[in-house]
Amino acid sequence: MPEKKSGEEKNILTETLKVVNIGISTFADDLRSQNVDVVHVDWKPPAGGDIEMLKLLEKLGL
Amino acid sequence: MTTRIIVKKSTYMDSISLMKISNSISKLPGITQAAVVMATELNRRVLSEAGFVDAAIGRAANNDMIVAIEAKDAASLDAALTEMERLLSPTEKPAGEKAPPTSLEEALELLPDANLAVISVPGQFAKREAMKALARGLNVFLFSSNVSREEEVELKNVAKEKGLLLMGPDCGTSIINHKVLGFGNTIREGTIGLVSASGTGLQEVTTLIHKVGLGISQAIGTGGGDLSEEVGGITMIQGLELLEEDEQTKVIVLISKPPAPKTMEKVLEVARRSRKPVVVNFLGEDISPSMLGKLKPANTLDDAARIACELAGVKPAVAASIIPRETISVALEEHKKLARSQQYVRGLFSGGTLCYESETILQPLFGEVFSNAPIKPENKIPGDAPSKKHVCIDMGAEEFVEGRAHPMIDFSLRKMRILQEAKDPETAVILIDVELGYGSNEDPAGQLVPVIQKAKSLAKEAGRYLPVVASVVGTEGDFQGLASQEKALSDAGVLIMTSNAQATQVSALIASGEKIEAAIIGRSD
Repeated sequence: MPEKKSGEEKNILTETLKVVNIGISTFADDLRSQNVDVVHVDWKPPAGGDIEMLKLLEKLGL
Repeated sequence: MTTRIIVKKSTYMDSISLMKISNSISKLPGITQAAVVMATELNRRVLSEAGFVDAAIGRAANNDMIVAIEAKDAASLDAALTEMERLLSPTEKPAGEKAPPTSLEEALELLPDANLAVISVPGQFAKREAMKALARGLNVFLFSSNVSREEEVELKNVAKEKGLLLMGPDCGTSIINHKVLGFGNTIREGTIGLVSASGTGLQEVTTLIHKVGLGISQAIGTGGGDLSEEVGGITMIQGLELLEEDEQTKVIVLISKPPAPKTMEKVLEVARRSRKPVVVNFLGEDISPSMLGKLKPANTLDDAARIACELAGVKPAVAASIIPRETISVALEEHKKLARSQQYVRGLFSGGTLCYESETILQPLFGEVFSNAPIKPENKIPGDAPSKKHVCIDMGAEEFVEGRAHPMIDFSLRKMRILQEAKDPETAVILIDVELGYGSNEDPAGQLVPVIQKAKSLAKEAGRYLPVVASVVGTEGDFQGLASQEKALSDAGVLIMTSNAQATQVSALIASGEKIEAAIIGRSD
C-alpha cells in the first residue's frame, strides 16, 4: 500500500459522522433514527430549475 | 368520472415526498387514481399510459410539477385537491422554531463540524452541490444519478486531492462507522470490510454475512461508474487504502460489475499489495490467475459472502450458493405444472446488480438472456419493450427513475410489469428481488402480495400455473421485519430462496426442468 501523505491521518472512518443532508428528507430521518447528528437542508433548484439561467449566473459569479 | 390536471410552474419537491403525497391522495374516498410528480419525460409518459391526457402535460418542463387526479365525482375531486394543497405546503413550524436551512452554508452554521454531505438532488444539480461540499472539506455520499462521467471524474479528482471520500454518483448504499447511508440493512459489527461499486451487491453480501453470524467493519459504496475507464477506480482504490489502515477490518471484499480492463488492472494491483486477505467479485469477469495472484475470486455475491466468512474464521454450515436437494425437487415439481408454452424466466429486479448477477447465471444455461442492462450488447432490449425469451429487467435503471422514487420504494412500475408478464403465455416463472432496510418501502410484501395474487389468478384464468420465486435481502434487525416479510410472500405462494443466485438457479430449473438439472447441481456442488 502507498505511504500516507502527511495531513491525511484524519479520515471519515475514524470520525463520528456528522451529516448535512441535501435532497431526500427521509435520508435525514433514517440517520436521526441511528443517532447520527444531521441537519437537513430544505433544498430547491437554484434559478427556479432553469439550467441555462443557472449557468449564466455561475458565469457571472452570482 | 371526472379528471383534473394542474401544472405548477417551477415547483420542486423530492420524488419520495411526492410519492407519499400521491399515495395519500389515492386513498381518499372517491379517488380512482392520483399522481403528483415532477414533469420528467418518464413521468409524463407514465401519466399518459394511466389515461391522463392533456396538452398542458406535454408543455410542462422538467422543473414543473404535475398534479393529476381522477375521481368518481366533483365533490371527491375538490376534497382531494384541498388535501393535496395542504400536503404540498411547507409544514408550519411551532412559534420560536427557526425555518430549516436552505443551503449547505446555512446548514454548516448549525453543524460547523459536519464531516459528510449526503446529496440526493436531481442529477443536473448534483455536481454543483457536491463541489460546494468538497470545498468546505466534507466527504460526500452522492446518491444522485444522471451525473455525467466527466463530472464524476472532476469531482473525484477534487476529493482525492483533498483527502476526502466521494461515494457516488449513483451510490445507493454505504455503511460507514456502522451507520447506514441511503439504502442499507442493519448489519452486525464485525471484521469484514467491503468496497462496492454496486449498491444492491453490497446489500446482498452484507446481509448474507450477517445471516452466517458474522459482521462488517465498513462498507464503502463507490457508485456504479467508478470502475469505468474514465474514472479509473479512484474511489475503490481510496476505499481499499482506508480499509488497509482500518484496524477493525481483517478481511476485504471488492464488488463490482465487470470493470474496464485497464481499471481492473489498476485496482487489482493495489489489492494484491494488501496485507489482508481480499475477496474479489467482479460479476461475470473471468480474472486471469496472474492478475489474481493471492486474491480470492468469487463468482457470485453469495460466493463472495461465503469466502469472506471462511477467511474471517467461520465456515458457514450451509453455503447460500448450494441449493438444498429438497428445493431442487420442489422446482422440478413446479416445472411439471407448466403449460407447454411456458418456457422462459422473467426476472424483474429493483437491484441492478442482482439483475446482472442473474444474467451471468442464466446466460451459460440458456445462451441468450435479454435485458435493458445486458451482459452482451446484442441482447439489449428497451426496458419498456414486451419480453421475448429469457428476460432480466433492471427496474432501477436510469430510464425508470428520472423524477421517480427508486423501485425499492415505489413499486408501481414493477407491479405493472409483473401483470404484463403474467399475461404472456411464454412466461414460465417470475423472478424478483425484495430489499428491506433503511430507504426501502415500509412494507414491500404488502405491495407485492396483492399483485402476485392477481398475476397468479390472471394466469389461472388463461389455464396456466404461474410460479414466482424471490430472494429477500434483509436481516431481522431491519424495521420491515425479515421473518414477517418472508412469511407474507410465502403465504402468497412465492418460493423464497436465501440468495439471488440461488433464486435464479431455481427459476431456471422451474423453466427448463430436468434438462438443466445437472448443470444446476454441478454449479452448486
